[in-house]
Amino acid sequence: MAGRSRGLSRTTVSNLVTYALVVIAFVVVQAMVSNRMLTYSLQGQLVPICAYIVMAVSLNLVVGLSGELSLGHAGFMSVGAFTGIVVAASLADAIPNPVLRLIVAMLFGGGFAAIAGFLIGIPVMRLHGDYLAIVTLAFGEIIKNLLNNLYVGIDDAGVHFSFSSAEALGMAQGGKVVINGPQGAVGITKLSTFVIGFVLVLLAVFVVLNLKGSRSGRAIMAVRDNRIAAESVGINTTKYRLMAFVLSAALAGMAGVLYGMNYSSIVPKKFDFNTSILILVFVVLGGMGSIRGSIISATVLTILPEALRAVNDYRMLLYAIVLILVMLVTNNPTLKQLWRRIKGSFRRTPKEPAVASEGGDVDA
Amino acid sequence: MGFVSNLVNGISLGAVYAIIALGYTMVYGIAKMLNFAHGDIIMVGGYLCFCSISYLGLNPFVSVLVSIVGCTVLGIVIERLAYKPLREAPSLDVLITAIGVSYLLQNTALLIWGSNPKSFPNLFKSLGNIRLFDGQLVISSTAIVTIATNIVIMLALTWFTSKTRMGKAMRACSEDKGAAQLMGINVNSTISLTFAIGSGLAAVAGVLLCSAYPTLMPTTGSMPGIKAFVAAVLGGIGSIPGAMVGGILLGVAEIFAKAYIGTQFSDAIVFALLIVVLLIKPTGILGKPISEKV
Amino acid sequence: MASMLNGNMSRRYFVKVLGAAGAIGATGALAACGSSSSSSSSTGSDSGSGAAKFKLGHIGPLTGAAAIYGNATQNGAQIAVDEINAEGGDIQFDLISEDDEHDPEKSVNAYHNLMDQGMQILVGTTTTTPCVAVSTETNNDRVFELTPSASSVNVIGGEDIGADNPRKDNVFQMCFTDPNQGTASAKYISEQQLGSKIAIIYNNADAYSTGIYNKFTDEAKDLGLEIVSTSTFTDDSATDFSVQVGDAKSSGADLVFLPIYYQPASLILTEANKQGFAPKFFGVDGMDGILTVEGFDTSLAEGVMLLTPFNADADDDLTKSFVSKYKDQYGDTPNQFAADAYDCVYVIKELIENSGVTADQAAADMCDALIAAITDSGYSHDGLTGEGMTWKDTGEVSKDPKGMIIENGAYVGM
Repeated sequence: MAGRSRGLSRTTVSNLVTYALVVIAFVVVQAMVSNRMLTYSLQGQLVPICAYIVMAVSLNLVVGLSGELSLGHAGFMSVGAFTGIVVAASLADAIPNPVLRLIVAMLFGGGFAAIAGFLIGIPVMRLHGDYLAIVTLAFGEIIKNLLNNLYVGIDDAGVHFSFSSAEALGMAQGGKVVINGPQGAVGITKLSTFVIGFVLVLLAVFVVLNLKGSRSGRAIMAVRDNRIAAESVGINTTKYRLMAFVLSAALAGMAGVLYGMNYSSIVPKKFDFNTSILILVFVVLGGMGSIRGSIISATVLTILPEALRAVNDYRMLLYAIVLILVMLVTNNPTLKQLWRRIKGSFRRTPKEPAVASEGGDVDA
Repeated sequence: MGFVSNLVNGISLGAVYAIIALGYTMVYGIAKMLNFAHGDIIMVGGYLCFCSISYLGLNPFVSVLVSIVGCTVLGIVIERLAYKPLREAPSLDVLITAIGVSYLLQNTALLIWGSNPKSFPNLFKSLGNIRLFDGQLVISSTAIVTIATNIVIMLALTWFTSKTRMGKAMRACSEDKGAAQLMGINVNSTISLTFAIGSGLAAVAGVLLCSAYPTLMPTTGSMPGIKAFVAAVLGGIGSIPGAMVGGILLGVAEIFAKAYIGTQFSDAIVFALLIVVLLIKPTGILGKPISEKV
Repeated sequence: MASMLNGNMSRRYFVKVLGAAGAIGATGALAACGSSSSSSSSTGSDSGSGAAKFKLGHIGPLTGAAAIYGNATQNGAQIAVDEINAEGGDIQFDLISEDDEHDPEKSVNAYHNLMDQGMQILVGTTTTTPCVAVSTETNNDRVFELTPSASSVNVIGGEDIGADNPRKDNVFQMCFTDPNQGTASAKYISEQQLGSKIAIIYNNADAYSTGIYNKFTDEAKDLGLEIVSTSTFTDDSATDFSVQVGDAKSSGADLVFLPIYYQPASLILTEANKQGFAPKFFGVDGMDGILTVEGFDTSLAEGVMLLTPFNADADDDLTKSFVSKYKDQYGDTPNQFAADAYDCVYVIKELIENSGVTADQAAADMCDALIAAITDSGYSHDGLTGEGMTWKDTGEVSKDPKGMIIENGAYVGM
């Protein structure tokens, strides 16, 4: 085991690189913002990019680490966003400090999303493969439909809920409607900032990387790699799969709060199947299980459509073609061979097979 | 009378879902891939038929044929260019590629035909509606044609897969590709044929869908595609009779949910139905129970 | 399994390299102070007088499901801009248009992009949901905003069902607000005694439709109109209306109120025809365009009534000239979205004249002057979509809706 004695393990170095990447990016961008070097466009996208990064990282937990296809991830974002909005509105007087209020809203948003993740996870964990995928899709649509019919109002007596109309809330004079069914939430006080977004990204990365390196993380990956073998050595597969699912939902919920409180109006329709697919594409293009990849691909793929505005008519067409081409190219056997040979020529020592080195982890 | 009327509407809607679901299930059975672009091939079928009738002035029957041929060719081209190179790739990559193809089709349609919705002509107006019980129950000609087409396709496919060589080859490939190849079956052309049939069916579904609900836009195929996918899984993905059962069930459930529970929550109820069924029967209603080899 | 890991790793490196290159490239492109790219829409015709041009921004869905509306407003605005520039006067416009795909996030991005391109006044956004988000941004940045068609009250802000939404004083609407349309429709139906048993079919996933529905039912209650059936649909299920129409039919409605857009309306008309159900149909401004759906059997729309500010078949000179120009340039009959945008540009021209702002001023400096000009009690505008249109400081427009009925495939005033 020559590797062990050489100081920091490969995974730790890799993790540190990821943290460094996030911190350096933040510092550089923040400096650019202070010196007014960023365009309005880019500046306006900083918070959504942070939210999408966290969404991608959290989905990677389910898709990459746990090896399950989830097609309803935007539903958790939605639950978190609307919970956070209600909480922030109801605490507007109690907690005047915007940063504190946002953090409290995020905690509640993440918490509710985690509960939703748990409730959804129980039936979902009984299925596998493509059936699991379709059920997550179904739940995503159910959440969207339910939230479309949700009315929430706040007055002096407290918080009121209704599933039929705003009038049915029965609020006293001076009460205000916070969530107005399909019109979503309007009049949101924008609380999200880039700094908080950065903190959330760091938190998400920290949580997921630590999970990967922990016993639970290894158990989750064992279940992914060979469920029956894992069961046969006594790993409680349902518990670990559910753990990954709930954690991922919680992070998605917090990302939802960040996203929702960045705009003065948010509608449930936004968090639909297309958004779930969008995030799935981030994860797959970045590499399954690769947190750094998710960060990079979420950032690039969020900025790219804006950068392509000059060819607006063909934007989505180009996006589709690029998507197909990337998939084709990276799965082309000849190109893969070529790539491996190029990489091989850079390596000084022969590459150890994955199993023999540090616990068989995949690259961060 | 309301109940019967709703039942007929449900079966008619379900028949459309069933035809679309057939395409999904056949492709999944053989290539083990979820072809998300399937819904958009429906849309292309609708547009091809519309253009043949409106711009080329061809008669409806020929236009439908044009549409079927066009979609079949499109299906084969897509399969050759985008899916075949990914036969050995992880299934998630194929899924993303399928999504890419879906976006590609939608946006190309947008560029070619524009965003303005087109009103699809009622091809079956001349057949006349059936009015029963003094006009209280109306069964439209489109509904009759749809259900009839569904039955015909079902019978044809069942005969095809059990009696013909190509059909049996398809079944063999879906069971075990390796063994099929060893038996001398050309797996590649079998898969291509499956896509071709699936796409042809999509064209038929497109024509029927647009006849029943005459608005045609580049995004027309998207939601029916998702619902038909749900229907295919509901009936047991990979099973041809399952696609029919799942489709009809979904259509009836959707209409009944709208009529008797409330139009606001009908989507949620339909999807909840899927979840309940899958919890009871994890591989779908007619799906084969999967036993895993350790 | 090992080979899959290797395959994944090589793709990760590939994508990382690609991603890093892309990120650097994209960031570099965007970080350059002020992107110089203009969108696909053409800028106004070059004027010979060399006057500095006012930069008019336009935001709307140019792609996606709602693209008809964004393209309509863009085209209408472009015709107005071309006309004004061709006159060669002191006021010249540069129309920059950005796509928002009917999504609030993309709309805010579009707004920021326009700001990078130096936009001074915004004609937009076209649809309501994005407009609510964008109007908060324009309010923060003090950019004058006149929206042609975003009709929710939340766009202009103000108290509505107690929503906590303060008035955004820089935002004004060319179109009726949804509540006003709902109330006006109920009043019109009651006054003209168009029906006694009313059925309503509305889109409960759409702010526009729900907003009109809510106020319609409130007003109907006050006026003593009987509502016998109410049913809904969502964007995802906007194809099969057998249940909704069946419910209206079985409850004996003689008038069906449709506060929706014309595509689902055309399907409802088809379904009603199929079921042998022939009530009176009453729509709102979203119904406009139903006659222009390619391939639609316009006999199904015979007798449909609607409240709309714009009538493409009117025979006054302004309308005829606009319609013929639109047909020549874009091959289609314009709908009221295009007409609203046309009026917006002319109103802005008049505001600039009246307030004396100049093209070299920053957006924030012009804003207050323009607000004062539009809310001035002496200001009114005669345009395609109304005569004597005035604006209060609530942001709402005051104009009379015209009741139209479709006869022989054309709109006729009622």
